[in-house]
Amino acid sequence: MTPPAVTGTAAATEPIRLLDAEGRLVESDANAPWHELAAQLSTDDRLAMHGEMLRTRRFDIEAGHLQRQGKLGLWVPSIGQEGAQVGAVWAAREQDTLFPSYREHLIALHRGATMDQIIDIFRGAKHGGGWNPLETQGMRIYSLVIATHALHATGYAMGIRLDGTSGTGDASTDEAVMAFYGDGAASQGDASEGLVFAASYESPIVFFVQNNKWAISVPSTRQSRFPLHQRARGFGLDAAWIDGNDPLASFAVTRRMLDAARQGAPGYIEADTYRMGAHTTSDDPTRYRTSDEEESWRRRDPIARLAAHLREQGVAEAVLAEQDQEATELAGDLRRRTLEAATAISDDIFDHVYSDPHPLTTEQKRQLAEFEASFGGDA
Amino acid sequence: MQEFRLPDPGEGLTEAEIVAWRVKPGDMVHVNDVLLEVETAKSLVELPSPFEGTVEALLVEEGQTVEVGSPIIRVTSGDADAVETAADTADTVHKEEDGDGAVLVGYGVRGGAETRRKKPRTVQSVPAASAHPVVAKPPTRKLAKDLGVDLAAVIGSGLAGEVTRDDVVQAAKQAKVFRNLQAPEWAGGREERIPVKGVRKVIAQGMVDSAFTAPHVSVFTDVDATRTMEFVQRLKASTDFEGVRISPLLIMAKAIIWAIRRNPQVNSTFTGDELVVHHYVNLGIAAATPRGLLVPNVKDAQDMTLLELATALQQLTATAREGRTQPADMQHGTITITNIGVFGMDSGTPILNPGETGIIALGTIRQKPWVVDGEVRPRWVTTVGGSFDHRAIDGDVISRFVADVASILEEPALLLD
Repeated sequence: MTPPAVTGTAAATEPIRLLDAEGRLVESDANAPWHELAAQLSTDDRLAMHGEMLRTRRFDIEAGHLQRQGKLGLWVPSIGQEGAQVGAVWAAREQDTLFPSYREHLIALHRGATMDQIIDIFRGAKHGGGWNPLETQGMRIYSLVIATHALHATGYAMGIRLDGTSGTGDASTDEAVMAFYGDGAASQGDASEGLVFAASYESPIVFFVQNNKWAISVPSTRQSRFPLHQRARGFGLDAAWIDGNDPLASFAVTRRMLDAARQGAPGYIEADTYRMGAHTTSDDPTRYRTSDEEESWRRRDPIARLAAHLREQGVAEAVLAEQDQEATELAGDLRRRTLEAATAISDDIFDHVYSDPHPLTTEQKRQLAEFEASFGGDA
Repeated sequence: MQEFRLPDPGEGLTEAEIVAWRVKPGDMVHVNDVLLEVETAKSLVELPSPFEGTVEALLVEEGQTVEVGSPIIRVTSGDADAVETAADTADTVHKEEDGDGAVLVGYGVRGGAETRRKKPRTVQSVPAASAHPVVAKPPTRKLAKDLGVDLAAVIGSGLAGEVTRDDVVQAAKQAKVFRNLQAPEWAGGREERIPVKGVRKVIAQGMVDSAFTAPHVSVFTDVDATRTMEFVQRLKASTDFEGVRISPLLIMAKAIIWAIRRNPQVNSTFTGDELVVHHYVNLGIAAATPRGLLVPNVKDAQDMTLLELATALQQLTATAREGRTQPADMQHGTITITNIGVFGMDSGTPILNPGETGIIALGTIRQKPWVVDGEVRPRWVTTVGGSFDHRAIDGDVISRFVADVASILEEPALLLD
């Protein structure tokens, strides 16, 4: 059975959901083709997805603590959004290229970036991204400027179509591209331009938008008076609305959309999720939202949901507990390594601005060295 | 022994206020246990412990503003290594400063390293508490905290200068007697520079916008509010109003809504081309909150019964006091009350909340001599006044409006009209 194109159905009142908040399968005629796609994930796969989500969560919490203890300049929590991310990255094929924002920790880890590489970005220890995309299965570096990468990703997708590495009709080798951003970025002009070019040039790209409801302090209801996926349809893209805290829906819909994109039909997925933490450690969400709202989303936690599903599938409690223990240990190890890590060197941030020495950056470098030396230590 | 230095909890922040300690000397702490709450220009955050061990000393007090990089707490670690080095205190501190301070990415290392080399610049970076350690038992410390007694200022009568329970109780009694008479010492330095930021900055901009755009005109009238006071007493006794806070402000609010119906132009926005007269009342209440002056408003107050209005006002002030007022609560106000009476003031010339045409001040209500039927009698007297945007309305409307409000305070039964 071929899943229907999502466009063409009347405006949906509910996002696509295969697992409800209690982890029970949601069976319906409309869901049948999606369940068929989700069936590509064995119980072992689902258990592995659960493990990745747990590890990312523990890592995330530990990094937040490290920031509060002065070890990181900034931290960007992804707590609550692991379900959308795990489904999307499991749906991507090996040859695909992924353009993240800065909150896609699970996706980066899945493709082979290390926790330490992510930490180094926020420690200020690495300039211009923590990893080499050639070594992370096409996982590009974090983009901290909002929505710029919607254009980079679209341009890259237009390029591979010209190269002929996409659009041959063989899903197992054709390359596709994913751009990850949020509801706030969707308001940026770059995001709209990306949609225009992707549609015009039938580019092999899927825009995966995690609508986490808050662009720092601005609610998504203010950013768009109607659902974002409907906006994408206006640009001529096939668009889907999914329960972003349901890893199975995220997997099934992304898998189908990516495979359509390989053949020149760009897509757009709005994942309905929630940023449980602050925007970054510089933000205080209690100033603009209520604890009732957070509580209602806590009950829809993606990790608890997949865990409940796994128990239903007969996975033993001990196995889940073991994953939890492992995640906690990994976070502890990371903490030790971060405390032992050498102080970040600020010098080399000047070395990559121009290819040849430049009087301005040379002067800036000298001034910074002088400033740091004024503290009298080895700062 | 290890010292935790105040990290930069935001991006490029240089200082934070210590809001509340969650631990006290002698407590065991684990890694990532919450030690304290600090407030920066951006947010209120909890700081988790980077160490495991026993809290030896809190180096800064609640309410103090501390520079990033200053040591704030000392923890004696449980492992043998650290205990050994703790013997050589000076050396340990030196190492901590160089090592730990350096990792505060980009902005760190200010406090310790700097103060070691130069004279301390202000009182902020030198924690006064650590200079003279106070000897007192934990229950005594708690009592002192509950009674608001500064232990460092109490002369201990116990062994080795220990501050006893009696000392604290005595100090609290003294403090009560002299509460309004004592002037605190000058803070150190000839000048103190307080950065203008956050709510202060917003208020400053709003006041400039308002004061230099709208020509203000202020009027006042004294009024005998004795019947309002009696009405308030009767409401308080009424079972319908049980559990709801009733104050003259409630009658004032109701009076303003009534008077707006008779003088609608005071409830308006002057845009330059138009006077937008609102046919609803979003009644703002100027509130002194932990975050500074905020003006949340009660939406559609014109549709509320007295009980609903009382409940809404109570909720609004409680939210403001907890510092949980949301931005939406402060938007789209149409008129404002400022209750300067709670500070004992008779009247004032308030500045308009930007975008509004009227702000009404309620003065303190106290017994004064008043002439009733040719005789001087003690009555509960207050002053009603306010400021208005003279671009939008003139003296006749303003005076009629204020007189209408005053007439309700004089005779709340008119509300039945």
